[in-house]
Amino acid sequence: MTRREVVNRRRGVLLLAPTVLALGTLTVYPGVWVLWLSLQHRIPIFGVSRFAGLDNYAFLAVDSRFSSAAATTIIFTVTSVALEVALGVAAALAIHAQRGGRRVALSLLLLAWAMPAVVTAKLFEWLYHPTAGLLNVALGGGHALNWLGDPRLALPAVVLADVWRTMPFVAVLCYARLLAIPAELYEAAQVDGAGRLATLVLITLPMLGRILLVAILFRTLDALRAFDLMFVLTGGGPAGTTETITVYAYRALFQTLQLGFGSALSVVVFVLVMAVAWAYLRLLRTSTVTA
Amino acid sequence: MRRGARTLADALVLAALASYAIPFFWQLLTSFRPEAELLRVPPLLPSQLTLAHYRAVIERSVMPQALANSFGIATLTTLLALAVGVPGAYAVARLPLPGKRLLLLAIVASTAFPQIATVSPLYLLMRALDLRDTWSGLVLVHTSFALPLTIWLLAGFIREIPIEAEEAASVDGAGLPGLFRWVVIPLLAPGLAATALLTFLFSWNEFLFAYTFTVSEASRTIPVALALFPGVFEVPWGDIAAASMLASLPPVLIVVGLQRFLVRGLVAGAVKE
Repeated sequence: MTRREVVNRRRGVLLLAPTVLALGTLTVYPGVWVLWLSLQHRIPIFGVSRFAGLDNYAFLAVDSRFSSAAATTIIFTVTSVALEVALGVAAALAIHAQRGGRRVALSLLLLAWAMPAVVTAKLFEWLYHPTAGLLNVALGGGHALNWLGDPRLALPAVVLADVWRTMPFVAVLCYARLLAIPAELYEAAQVDGAGRLATLVLITLPMLGRILLVAILFRTLDALRAFDLMFVLTGGGPAGTTETITVYAYRALFQTLQLGFGSALSVVVFVLVMAVAWAYLRLLRTSTVTA
Repeated sequence: MRRGARTLADALVLAALASYAIPFFWQLLTSFRPEAELLRVPPLLPSQLTLAHYRAVIERSVMPQALANSFGIATLTTLLALAVGVPGAYAVARLPLPGKRLLLLAIVASTAFPQIATVSPLYLLMRALDLRDTWSGLVLVHTSFALPLTIWLLAGFIREIPIEAEEAASVDGAGLPGLFRWVVIPLLAPGLAATALLTFLFSWNEFLFAYTFTVSEASRTIPVALALFPGVFEVPWGDIAAASMLASLPPVLIVVGLQRFLVRGLVAGAVKE
Protein backbone atom coordinates (compact mmCIF):
# COMPACT_ATOMS: atom_id res chain seq x y z
CA MET A 1 0.00 0.00 0.00
CA THR A 2 1.27 3.43 -0.88
CA ARG A 3 1.31 6.21 1.67
CA ARG A 4 -1.59 7.87 -0.08
CA GLU A 5 -3.71 4.73 0.14
CA VAL A 6 -3.01 4.46 3.84
CA VAL A 7 -4.00 8.10 4.34
CA ASN A 8 -7.19 7.66 2.31
CA ARG A 9 -8.17 4.55 4.18
CA ARG A 10 -7.70 6.28 7.51
CA ARG A 11 -9.66 9.30 6.28
CA GLY A 12 -12.49 7.03 5.13
CA VAL A 13 -12.83 5.38 8.50
CA LEU A 14 -12.65 8.74 10.27
CA LEU A 15 -15.29 10.37 8.07
CA LEU A 16 -17.65 7.46 8.33
CA ALA A 17 -17.31 7.00 12.09
CA PRO A 18 -20.17 9.38 13.08
CA THR A 19 -22.51 7.64 10.62
CA VAL A 20 -21.64 4.21 11.93
CA LEU A 21 -22.07 5.43 15.49
CA ALA A 22 -25.50 6.99 14.78
CA LEU A 23 -26.87 4.07 12.78
CA GLY A 24 -25.30 1.58 15.15
CA THR A 25 -26.88 2.97 18.32
CA LEU A 26 -30.22 4.14 16.94
CA THR A 27 -30.99 1.62 14.17
CA VAL A 28 -28.93 -1.57 14.35
CA TYR A 29 -28.90 -1.96 18.13
CA PRO A 30 -32.69 -1.43 18.44
CA GLY A 31 -33.07 -3.74 15.45
CA VAL A 32 -31.38 -6.56 17.37
CA TRP A 33 -33.10 -5.60 20.63
CA VAL A 34 -36.54 -5.90 19.02
CA LEU A 35 -35.75 -9.51 18.06
CA TRP A 36 -34.89 -10.21 21.69
CA LEU A 37 -38.06 -8.47 22.92
CA SER A 38 -40.15 -10.51 20.49
CA LEU A 39 -38.99 -13.69 22.25
CA GLN A 40 -40.38 -12.57 25.60
CA HIS A 41 -43.63 -12.23 27.42
CA ARG A 42 -43.40 -8.66 28.58
CA ILE A 43 -46.36 -6.78 29.96
CA PRO A 44 -44.83 -4.07 32.17
CA ILE A 45 -48.05 -2.98 33.93
CA PHE A 46 -48.55 -6.51 35.28
CA GLY A 47 -44.87 -6.94 36.05
CA VAL A 48 -44.68 -9.83 33.60
CA SER A 49 -41.26 -10.35 32.08
CA ARG A 50 -40.04 -13.79 31.12
CA PHE A 51 -38.51 -15.61 28.19
CA ALA A 52 -41.13 -17.11 25.90
CA GLY A 53 -39.16 -18.57 23.03
CA LEU A 54 -41.19 -18.54 19.85
CA ASP A 55 -44.57 -18.42 21.65
CA ASN A 56 -45.44 -14.97 20.31
CA TYR A 57 -44.80 -16.09 16.74
CA ALA A 58 -46.67 -19.36 17.27
CA PHE A 59 -49.66 -17.35 18.47
CA LEU A 60 -49.71 -15.38 15.20
CA ALA A 61 -50.53 -18.59 13.32
CA VAL A 62 -53.84 -18.92 15.19
CA ASP A 63 -54.55 -15.21 15.72
CA SER A 64 -57.50 -14.26 13.51
CA ARG A 65 -56.87 -10.57 14.15
CA PHE A 66 -53.38 -11.04 12.69
CA SER A 67 -54.60 -12.82 9.56
CA SER A 68 -57.18 -10.10 9.06
CA ALA A 69 -54.50 -7.40 9.48
CA ALA A 70 -52.21 -9.22 7.05
CA ALA A 71 -55.01 -9.41 4.46
CA THR A 72 -55.79 -5.70 4.96
CA THR A 73 -52.11 -4.83 4.54
CA ILE A 74 -51.89 -6.73 1.27
CA ILE A 75 -55.18 -5.41 -0.15
CA PHE A 76 -54.21 -1.86 0.82
CA THR A 77 -50.74 -2.20 -0.73
CA VAL A 78 -51.81 -3.81 -4.01
CA THR A 79 -54.77 -1.53 -4.72
CA SER A 80 -53.13 1.72 -3.74
CA VAL A 81 -49.86 1.02 -5.58
CA ALA A 82 -51.73 -0.09 -8.73
CA LEU A 83 -53.89 3.05 -8.76
CA GLU A 84 -50.92 5.30 -8.02
CA VAL A 85 -48.93 3.89 -10.90
CA ALA A 86 -51.79 4.10 -13.42
CA LEU A 87 -52.72 7.66 -12.42
CA GLY A 88 -49.08 8.69 -11.99
CA VAL A 89 -48.14 7.67 -15.54
CA ALA A 90 -51.22 9.43 -16.92
CA ALA A 91 -50.41 12.62 -15.01
CA ALA A 92 -46.76 12.51 -16.12
CA LEU A 93 -47.75 12.12 -19.78
CA ALA A 94 -50.24 14.97 -19.49
CA ILE A 95 -47.75 17.37 -17.91
CA HIS A 96 -45.04 16.36 -20.35
CA ALA A 97 -47.31 17.15 -23.28
CA GLN A 98 -47.87 20.67 -21.97
CA ARG A 99 -46.27 23.61 -23.71
CA GLY A 100 -46.67 26.05 -20.84
CA GLY A 101 -47.53 26.05 -17.18
CA ARG A 102 -45.50 22.98 -16.27
CA ARG A 103 -44.23 24.60 -13.11
CA VAL A 104 -47.72 25.41 -11.89
CA ALA A 105 -48.81 21.90 -12.85
CA LEU A 106 -46.01 20.34 -10.79
CA SER A 107 -46.81 22.62 -7.84
CA LEU A 108 -50.47 21.58 -7.84
CA LEU A 109 -49.42 17.96 -7.95
CA LEU A 110 -46.65 18.09 -5.33
CA LEU A 111 -48.86 19.93 -2.86
CA ALA A 112 -50.59 16.66 -2.00
CA TRP A 113 -47.31 14.81 -1.61
CA ALA A 114 -45.42 17.32 0.52
CA MET A 115 -47.92 17.74 3.37
CA PRO A 116 -47.77 15.65 6.55
CA ALA A 117 -49.87 12.49 6.27
CA VAL A 118 -51.71 13.63 9.39
CA VAL A 119 -52.90 16.68 7.45
CA THR A 120 -54.04 14.39 4.61
CA ALA A 121 -55.99 12.42 7.19
CA LYS A 122 -57.68 15.59 8.48
CA LEU A 123 -58.43 16.77 4.92
CA PHE A 124 -60.14 13.51 4.06
CA GLU A 125 -61.91 13.17 7.39
CA TRP A 126 -63.63 16.43 6.52
CA LEU A 127 -64.32 15.40 2.89
CA TYR A 128 -65.85 12.16 4.16
CA HIS A 129 -68.09 13.85 6.76
CA PRO A 130 -71.48 12.07 6.47
CA THR A 131 -73.63 15.19 6.13
CA ALA A 132 -71.38 18.17 5.40
CA GLY A 133 -68.58 16.36 3.58
CA LEU A 134 -67.83 17.54 0.05
CA LEU A 135 -67.86 13.98 -1.27
CA ASN A 136 -71.43 13.23 -0.20
CA VAL A 137 -72.57 16.67 -1.32
CA ALA A 138 -71.03 16.02 -4.73
CA LEU A 139 -72.71 12.60 -4.91
CA GLY A 140 -76.09 14.26 -4.29
CA GLY A 141 -77.56 14.66 -0.83
CA GLY A 142 -80.05 11.75 -1.05
CA HIS A 143 -77.94 9.01 0.52
CA ALA A 144 -75.55 10.08 3.27
CA LEU A 145 -72.78 7.50 2.95
CA ASN A 146 -70.80 6.98 6.14
CA TRP A 147 -67.40 6.59 4.48
CA LEU A 148 -65.33 6.03 7.59
CA GLY A 149 -67.99 4.27 9.66
CA ASP A 150 -69.18 1.67 7.17
CA PRO A 151 -66.97 -1.46 7.24
CA ARG A 152 -67.37 -1.90 3.47
CA LEU A 153 -66.37 1.68 2.63
CA ALA A 154 -63.63 2.44 5.14
CA LEU A 155 -60.76 0.62 3.44
CA PRO A 156 -61.55 2.06 -0.02
CA ALA A 157 -61.77 5.49 1.65
CA VAL A 158 -58.30 5.05 3.19
CA VAL A 159 -56.90 3.78 -0.13
CA LEU A 160 -58.31 6.84 -1.90
CA ALA A 161 -56.62 9.19 0.57
CA ASP A 162 -53.33 7.32 0.21
CA VAL A 163 -53.50 7.39 -3.60
CA TRP A 164 -54.21 11.10 -3.53
CA ARG A 165 -51.21 11.68 -1.32
CA THR A 166 -48.63 9.55 -3.10
CA MET A 167 -49.57 9.44 -6.78
CA PRO A 168 -47.60 12.70 -7.31
CA PHE A 169 -44.40 10.89 -6.31
CA VAL A 170 -44.85 8.37 -9.13
CA ALA A 171 -45.86 11.16 -11.51
CA VAL A 172 -42.77 13.27 -10.79
CA LEU A 173 -40.38 10.34 -11.27
CA CYS A 174 -42.02 9.41 -14.58
CA TYR A 175 -42.11 13.02 -15.71
CA ALA A 176 -38.36 13.38 -15.07
CA ARG A 177 -37.74 10.21 -17.08
CA LEU A 178 -39.90 11.47 -19.95
CA LEU A 179 -37.81 14.65 -20.13
CA ALA A 180 -34.72 12.48 -20.62
CA ILE A 181 -36.03 10.53 -23.63
CA PRO A 182 -34.04 11.74 -26.66
CA ALA A 183 -36.13 13.67 -29.20
CA GLU A 184 -34.51 11.69 -32.07
CA LEU A 185 -36.45 8.63 -30.97
CA TYR A 186 -39.73 10.43 -31.55
CA GLU A 187 -38.52 11.93 -34.80
CA ALA A 188 -37.51 8.49 -36.04
CA ALA A 189 -40.92 7.15 -35.08
CA GLN A 190 -42.59 9.96 -37.00
CA VAL A 191 -40.46 9.28 -40.08
CA ASP A 192 -41.51 5.63 -39.86
CA GLY A 193 -45.11 6.81 -39.83
CA ALA A 194 -45.93 5.63 -36.31
CA GLY A 195 -49.18 7.05 -34.96
CA ARG A 196 -49.62 8.52 -31.49
CA LEU A 197 -50.78 5.27 -29.93
CA ALA A 198 -47.95 3.27 -31.51
CA THR A 199 -45.42 5.85 -30.28
CA LEU A 200 -46.85 5.64 -26.78
CA VAL A 201 -46.86 1.84 -26.64
CA LEU A 202 -43.61 1.20 -28.52
CA ILE A 203 -41.40 4.05 -27.29
CA THR A 204 -42.70 5.99 -24.31
CA LEU A 205 -43.93 3.19 -22.06
CA PRO A 206 -40.87 0.92 -22.58
CA MET A 207 -38.60 3.89 -21.77
CA LEU A 208 -40.54 4.32 -18.52
CA GLY A 209 -40.16 0.66 -17.63
CA ARG A 210 -37.20 0.86 -15.32
CA ILE A 211 -38.14 4.01 -13.42
CA LEU A 212 -41.61 2.52 -12.96
CA LEU A 213 -40.09 -0.53 -11.33
CA VAL A 214 -38.15 1.72 -8.97
CA ALA A 215 -41.25 3.80 -8.22
CA ILE A 216 -43.28 0.64 -7.58
CA LEU A 217 -40.57 -0.64 -5.24
CA PHE A 218 -40.50 2.58 -3.20
CA ARG A 219 -44.28 2.84 -3.09
CA THR A 220 -44.76 -0.82 -2.15
CA LEU A 221 -42.31 -0.56 0.73
CA ASP A 222 -44.06 2.61 1.94
CA ALA A 223 -47.51 1.08 1.63
CA LEU A 224 -46.49 -2.06 3.52
CA ARG A 225 -45.35 0.00 6.49
CA ALA A 226 -48.05 2.70 6.21
CA PHE A 227 -49.26 3.89 9.57
CA ASP A 228 -50.06 7.61 9.91
CA LEU A 229 -53.03 7.74 7.58
CA MET A 230 -55.08 4.86 8.98
CA PHE A 231 -54.05 5.52 12.55
CA VAL A 232 -55.39 9.08 12.40
CA LEU A 233 -58.22 8.65 9.90
CA THR A 234 -59.87 5.48 11.20
CA GLY A 235 -57.69 4.20 14.03
CA GLY A 236 -57.88 0.81 12.33
CA GLY A 237 -61.66 0.69 12.53
CA PRO A 238 -64.52 0.26 11.93
CA ALA A 239 -64.51 -3.30 13.24
CA GLY A 240 -60.81 -3.60 12.41
CA THR A 241 -61.41 -3.32 8.66
CA THR A 242 -58.57 -0.84 8.14
CA GLU A 243 -56.16 -2.31 10.67
CA THR A 244 -52.85 -3.12 8.97
CA ILE A 245 -50.10 -5.16 10.64
CA THR A 246 -48.27 -1.96 11.53
CA VAL A 247 -51.34 -0.48 13.23
CA TYR A 248 -51.95 -3.78 15.05
CA ALA A 249 -48.32 -3.81 16.19
CA TYR A 250 -48.52 -0.22 17.40
CA ARG A 251 -51.70 -0.83 19.37
CA ALA A 252 -50.28 -4.00 20.93
CA LEU A 253 -47.15 -2.08 21.94
CA PHE A 254 -48.57 1.18 23.22
CA GLN A 255 -52.27 0.69 23.85
CA THR A 256 -52.51 -2.80 25.33
CA LEU A 257 -48.85 -2.59 26.39
CA GLN A 258 -47.82 -6.07 25.27
CA LEU A 259 -44.18 -5.27 24.63
CA GLY A 260 -43.18 -8.79 23.62
CA PHE A 261 -46.10 -9.63 21.36
CA GLY A 262 -46.10 -6.17 19.78
CA SER A 263 -42.41 -6.54 19.02
CA ALA A 264 -43.09 -9.88 17.31
CA LEU A 265 -45.64 -8.11 15.08
CA SER A 266 -43.06 -5.39 14.33
CA VAL A 267 -40.56 -8.04 13.32
CA VAL A 268 -43.13 -9.48 10.91
CA VAL A 269 -43.48 -6.06 9.23
CA PHE A 270 -39.70 -5.80 9.05
CA VAL A 271 -39.31 -9.24 7.46
CA LEU A 272 -42.13 -8.54 5.01
CA VAL A 273 -40.58 -5.24 3.89
CA MET A 274 -37.09 -6.71 3.53
CA ALA A 275 -38.37 -9.76 1.62
CA VAL A 276 -40.23 -7.56 -0.86
CA ALA A 277 -37.21 -5.25 -1.25
CA TRP A 278 -34.94 -8.23 -1.91
CA ALA A 279 -37.31 -9.77 -4.45
CA TYR A 280 -37.67 -6.46 -6.32
CA LEU A 281 -33.93 -5.84 -6.40
CA ARG A 282 -33.44 -9.26 -7.97
CA LEU A 283 -36.14 -8.47 -10.51
CA LEU A 284 -34.51 -5.10 -11.27
CA ARG A 285 -31.16 -6.77 -11.81
CA THR A 286 -32.52 -9.39 -14.23
CA SER A 287 -34.50 -6.73 -16.08
CA THR A 288 -31.30 -4.72 -16.52
CA VAL A 289 -29.52 -7.75 -17.96
CA THR A 290 -32.24 -8.46 -20.49
CA ALA A 291 -32.89 -4.81 -21.40
CA MET B 1 -55.79 26.95 -35.15
CA ARG B 2 -53.41 24.21 -33.97
CA ARG B 3 -51.97 26.64 -31.54
CA GLY B 4 -55.40 27.33 -30.12
CA ALA B 5 -56.03 23.61 -29.62
CA ARG B 6 -52.67 23.34 -27.85
CA THR B 7 -53.49 26.14 -25.43
CA LEU B 8 -56.87 24.56 -24.76
CA ALA B 9 -55.23 21.21 -23.98
CA ASP B 10 -52.77 22.93 -21.61
CA ALA B 11 -55.63 24.68 -19.85
CA LEU B 12 -57.51 21.39 -19.50
CA VAL B 13 -54.53 19.67 -17.89
CA LEU B 14 -54.10 22.56 -15.45
CA ALA B 15 -57.81 22.46 -14.65
CA ALA B 16 -57.62 18.72 -14.03
CA LEU B 17 -54.64 19.18 -11.69
CA ALA B 18 -56.34 22.07 -9.91
CA SER B 19 -59.33 19.83 -9.25
CA TYR B 20 -56.91 17.18 -8.04
CA ALA B 21 -55.86 19.64 -5.36
CA ILE B 22 -59.49 20.24 -4.30
CA PRO B 23 -59.13 18.43 -0.94
CA PHE B 24 -56.49 21.00 -0.03
CA PHE B 25 -58.38 24.03 -1.33
CA TRP B 26 -61.58 22.84 0.32
CA GLN B 27 -59.82 22.72 3.68
CA LEU B 28 -58.37 26.16 2.97
CA LEU B 29 -61.87 27.49 2.34
CA THR B 30 -63.19 25.73 5.44
CA SER B 31 -60.54 27.43 7.55
CA PHE B 32 -62.10 30.81 6.64
CA ARG B 33 -65.74 29.67 6.86
CA PRO B 34 -67.94 31.07 9.67
CA GLU B 35 -68.65 28.55 12.41
CA ALA B 36 -72.41 28.63 11.82
CA GLU B 37 -72.04 27.66 8.17
CA LEU B 38 -69.61 24.77 8.62
CA LEU B 39 -72.19 21.99 8.61
CA ARG B 40 -74.54 23.77 6.20
CA VAL B 41 -73.24 22.63 2.82
CA PRO B 42 -74.45 23.37 0.16
CA PRO B 43 -74.06 26.24 -0.61
CA LEU B 44 -70.41 25.56 -1.35
CA LEU B 45 -69.32 29.16 -0.88
CA PRO B 46 -69.68 30.79 2.55
CA SER B 47 -71.59 34.04 2.89
CA GLN B 48 -68.45 35.72 4.25
CA LEU B 49 -64.89 34.87 5.25
CA THR B 50 -63.64 34.97 8.83
CA LEU B 51 -60.33 34.79 10.64
CA ALA B 52 -62.00 33.45 13.79
CA HIS B 53 -60.61 29.92 13.39
CA TYR B 54 -57.05 31.14 12.98
CA ARG B 55 -57.49 33.40 15.98
CA ALA B 56 -58.78 30.47 18.06
CA VAL B 57 -55.90 28.24 17.00
CA ILE B 58 -53.21 30.84 17.58
CA GLU B 59 -54.56 32.27 20.83
CA ARG B 60 -56.14 29.27 22.53
CA SER B 61 -54.43 26.09 21.37
CA VAL B 62 -51.02 24.44 21.64
CA MET B 63 -50.43 24.94 17.91
CA PRO B 64 -48.01 27.90 18.20
CA GLN B 65 -45.82 25.88 20.57
CA ALA B 66 -46.13 22.83 18.28
CA LEU B 67 -45.08 24.95 15.29
CA ALA B 68 -42.04 26.16 17.21
CA ASN B 69 -41.19 22.59 18.24
CA SER B 70 -41.53 21.30 14.69
CA PHE B 71 -39.50 24.14 13.28
CA GLY B 72 -36.71 23.66 15.82
CA ILE B 73 -36.62 19.89 15.60
CA ALA B 74 -36.75 19.78 11.79
CA THR B 75 -34.03 22.43 11.48
CA LEU B 76 -31.72 20.75 14.00
CA THR B 77 -32.36 17.36 12.39
CA THR B 78 -31.44 18.74 8.98
CA LEU B 79 -28.25 20.36 10.27
CA LEU B 80 -27.17 17.28 12.19
CA ALA B 81 -27.99 14.89 9.33
CA LEU B 82 -25.90 17.02 6.97
CA ALA B 83 -23.03 17.38 9.46
CA VAL B 84 -22.86 13.61 9.85
CA GLY B 85 -23.98 12.76 6.32
CA VAL B 86 -21.64 14.92 4.20
CA PRO B 87 -18.41 13.35 5.54
CA GLY B 88 -20.03 9.91 5.51
CA ALA B 89 -21.24 10.32 1.94
CA TYR B 90 -17.81 11.56 0.86
CA ALA B 91 -16.20 8.47 2.34
CA VAL B 92 -18.73 6.23 0.60
CA ALA B 93 -18.38 8.01 -2.74
CA ARG B 94 -14.64 8.59 -2.92
CA LEU B 95 -12.55 6.67 -0.40
CA PRO B 96 -11.54 3.03 -0.01
CA LEU B 97 -13.29 1.46 2.94
CA PRO B 98 -13.05 -1.94 4.56
CA GLY B 99 -16.17 -3.96 3.72
CA LYS B 100 -17.52 -1.28 1.39
CA ARG B 101 -19.99 -3.50 -0.50
CA LEU B 102 -21.58 -4.71 2.70
CA LEU B 103 -21.69 -1.18 4.04
CA LEU B 104 -23.47 0.13 0.93
CA LEU B 105 -25.94 -2.72 1.16
CA ALA B 106 -26.60 -1.88 4.81
CA ILE B 107 -27.25 1.78 3.93
CA VAL B 108 -29.66 0.88 1.12
CA ALA B 109 -31.40 -1.68 3.32
CA SER B 110 -31.83 0.81 6.14
CA THR B 111 -33.61 3.29 3.83
CA ALA B 112 -36.34 0.62 3.70
CA PHE B 113 -36.36 0.13 7.47
CA PRO B 114 -39.92 0.30 8.84
CA GLN B 115 -40.19 2.64 11.81
CA ILE B 116 -42.47 0.24 13.63
CA ALA B 117 -39.60 -2.26 13.76
CA THR B 118 -37.51 -0.14 16.09
CA VAL B 119 -40.12 1.89 17.94
CA SER B 120 -40.39 -0.44 20.96
CA PRO B 121 -36.66 -0.67 21.78
CA LEU B 122 -36.22 3.03 21.00
CA TYR B 123 -38.99 3.80 23.46
CA LEU B 124 -37.14 1.85 26.17
CA LEU B 125 -33.89 3.55 25.19
CA MET B 126 -35.44 7.03 25.30
CA ARG B 127 -36.89 6.27 28.71
CA ALA B 128 -33.61 4.91 30.06
CA LEU B 129 -31.69 7.97 28.80
CA ASP B 130 -34.36 10.40 30.03
CA LEU B 131 -34.80 11.72 26.49
CA ARG B 132 -38.56 11.30 26.31
CA ASP B 133 -40.46 14.50 25.68
CA THR B 134 -37.33 16.44 24.71
CA TRP B 135 -36.22 18.06 21.48
CA SER B 136 -32.89 16.23 21.68
CA GLY B 137 -34.54 12.82 21.75
CA LEU B 138 -36.56 13.46 18.62
CA VAL B 139 -33.66 15.15 16.82
CA LEU B 140 -31.45 12.11 17.46
CA VAL B 141 -34.09 9.63 16.32
CA HIS B 142 -35.08 11.67 13.26
CA THR B 143 -31.44 12.15 12.28
CA SER B 144 -30.59 8.47 12.48
CA PHE B 145 -33.72 7.60 10.56
CA ALA B 146 -33.10 10.18 7.82
CA LEU B 147 -29.37 9.46 7.59
CA PRO B 148 -29.40 6.53 5.13
CA LEU B 149 -31.36 8.51 2.54
CA THR B 150 -29.26 11.62 3.23
CA ILE B 151 -26.06 9.67 2.57
CA TRP B 152 -27.53 7.94 -0.45
CA LEU B 153 -28.50 11.26 -2.06
CA LEU B 154 -25.30 13.08 -1.11
CA ALA B 155 -23.05 10.26 -2.31
CA GLY B 156 -24.75 10.49 -5.70
CA PHE B 157 -24.23 14.25 -5.85
CA ILE B 158 -20.60 13.94 -4.73
CA ARG B 159 -19.89 11.48 -7.55
CA GLU B 160 -20.99 14.20 -9.99
CA ILE B 161 -18.23 16.56 -8.77
CA PRO B 162 -15.27 16.40 -11.15
CA ILE B 163 -12.58 14.47 -9.28
CA GLU B 164 -9.87 16.72 -10.82
CA ALA B 165 -11.02 19.57 -8.57
CA GLU B 166 -10.37 17.46 -5.49
CA GLU B 167 -7.04 16.20 -6.80
CA ALA B 168 -5.89 19.74 -7.50
CA ALA B 169 -6.77 20.66 -3.93
CA SER B 170 -4.76 17.79 -2.44
CA VAL B 171 -1.80 18.62 -4.67
CA ASP B 172 -1.99 22.12 -3.25
CA GLY B 173 -1.61 20.52 0.15
CA ALA B 174 -5.12 21.16 1.43
CA GLY B 175 -5.97 18.98 4.40
CA LEU B 176 -9.31 17.31 4.92
CA PRO B 177 -11.03 20.39 6.40
CA GLY B 178 -9.69 22.57 3.57
CA LEU B 179 -10.88 20.06 0.99
CA PHE B 180 -14.43 20.23 2.35
CA ARG B 181 -14.41 23.97 2.97
CA TRP B 182 -13.06 25.02 -0.41
CA VAL B 183 -13.93 22.24 -2.85
CA VAL B 184 -16.59 19.74 -1.82
CA ILE B 185 -19.13 21.99 -0.09
CA PRO B 186 -19.18 24.79 -2.72
CA LEU B 187 -19.47 22.34 -5.62
CA LEU B 188 -22.07 20.33 -3.76
CA ALA B 189 -24.34 23.30 -2.95
CA PRO B 190 -27.35 22.47 -5.20
CA GLY B 191 -27.32 18.82 -4.13
CA LEU B 192 -26.91 19.89 -0.53
CA ALA B 193 -30.01 22.10 -0.85
CA ALA B 194 -32.05 19.26 -2.37
CA THR B 195 -30.98 16.85 0.37
CA ALA B 196 -31.63 19.41 3.11
CA LEU B 197 -35.18 20.03 1.84
CA LEU B 198 -36.05 16.33 1.82
CA THR B 199 -34.58 15.83 5.30
CA PHE B 200 -36.47 18.84 6.63
CA LEU B 201 -39.75 17.63 5.12
CA PHE B 202 -39.21 14.15 6.53
CA SER B 203 -38.72 15.50 10.05
CA TRP B 204 -41.56 18.03 9.74
CA ASN B 205 -44.02 15.35 8.56
CA GLU B 206 -42.87 12.43 10.71
CA PHE B 207 -45.59 11.10 13.00
CA LEU B 208 -44.94 7.65 14.46
CA PHE B 209 -41.82 8.47 16.49
CA ALA B 210 -43.01 11.96 17.37
CA TYR B 211 -46.31 10.59 18.64
CA THR B 212 -44.61 7.92 20.73
CA PHE B 213 -41.74 9.84 22.27
CA THR B 214 -43.55 13.03 23.21
CA VAL B 215 -45.76 13.43 26.23
CA SER B 216 -46.55 17.13 26.56
CA GLU B 217 -46.58 20.32 24.59
CA ALA B 218 -42.92 20.79 25.52
CA SER B 219 -41.92 18.69 22.54
CA ARG B 220 -45.06 17.74 20.60
CA THR B 221 -44.59 18.44 16.93
CA ILE B 222 -47.26 19.76 14.64
CA PRO B 223 -48.50 16.41 13.21
CA VAL B 224 -48.91 15.10 16.77
CA ALA B 225 -50.70 18.22 17.98
CA LEU B 226 -52.99 18.04 14.95
CA ALA B 227 -53.76 14.35 15.48
CA LEU B 228 -54.60 15.08 19.12
CA PHE B 229 -56.50 18.29 18.38
CA PRO B 230 -59.04 18.57 21.18
CA GLY B 231 -62.77 18.72 20.68
CA VAL B 232 -64.87 18.73 23.82
CA PHE B 233 -68.47 18.10 22.75
CA GLU B 234 -68.22 18.43 19.01
CA VAL B 235 -65.41 18.33 16.48
CA PRO B 236 -64.12 21.88 15.83
CA TRP B 237 -63.85 21.41 12.04
CA GLY B 238 -63.03 25.06 11.36
CA ASP B 239 -60.22 25.17 13.92
CA ILE B 240 -58.86 21.86 12.64
CA ALA B 241 -58.89 23.26 9.11
CA ALA B 242 -56.96 26.33 10.24
CA ALA B 243 -54.46 24.17 12.16
CA SER B 244 -54.01 21.92 9.08
CA MET B 245 -53.20 24.95 6.98
CA LEU B 246 -50.57 26.10 9.49
CA ALA B 247 -49.07 22.58 9.49
CA SER B 248 -48.89 22.60 5.67
CA LEU B 249 -47.34 26.03 5.39
CA PRO B 250 -43.63 25.09 5.19
CA PRO B 251 -44.24 22.14 2.82
CA VAL B 252 -46.37 24.36 0.57
CA LEU B 253 -43.73 27.11 0.56
CA ILE B 254 -41.08 24.54 -0.36
CA VAL B 255 -43.19 23.10 -3.18
CA VAL B 256 -43.96 26.51 -4.63
CA GLY B 257 -40.68 28.31 -4.00
CA LEU B 258 -37.99 25.63 -4.10
CA GLN B 259 -39.58 23.13 -6.46
CA ARG B 260 -36.46 22.78 -8.60
CA PHE B 261 -34.36 21.48 -5.69
CA LEU B 262 -37.15 19.30 -4.38
CA VAL B 263 -37.68 17.53 -7.71
CA ARG B 264 -33.94 17.16 -8.14
CA GLY B 265 -33.68 15.39 -4.79
CA LEU B 266 -36.70 13.19 -5.42
CA VAL B 267 -35.44 12.05 -8.79
CA ALA B 268 -31.86 11.56 -7.60
CA GLY B 269 -33.05 9.25 -4.84
CA ALA B 270 -34.76 6.99 -7.34
CA VAL B 271 -32.31 7.01 -10.21
CA LYS B 272 -28.91 6.62 -8.59
CA GLU B 273 -27.97 3.01 -7.99
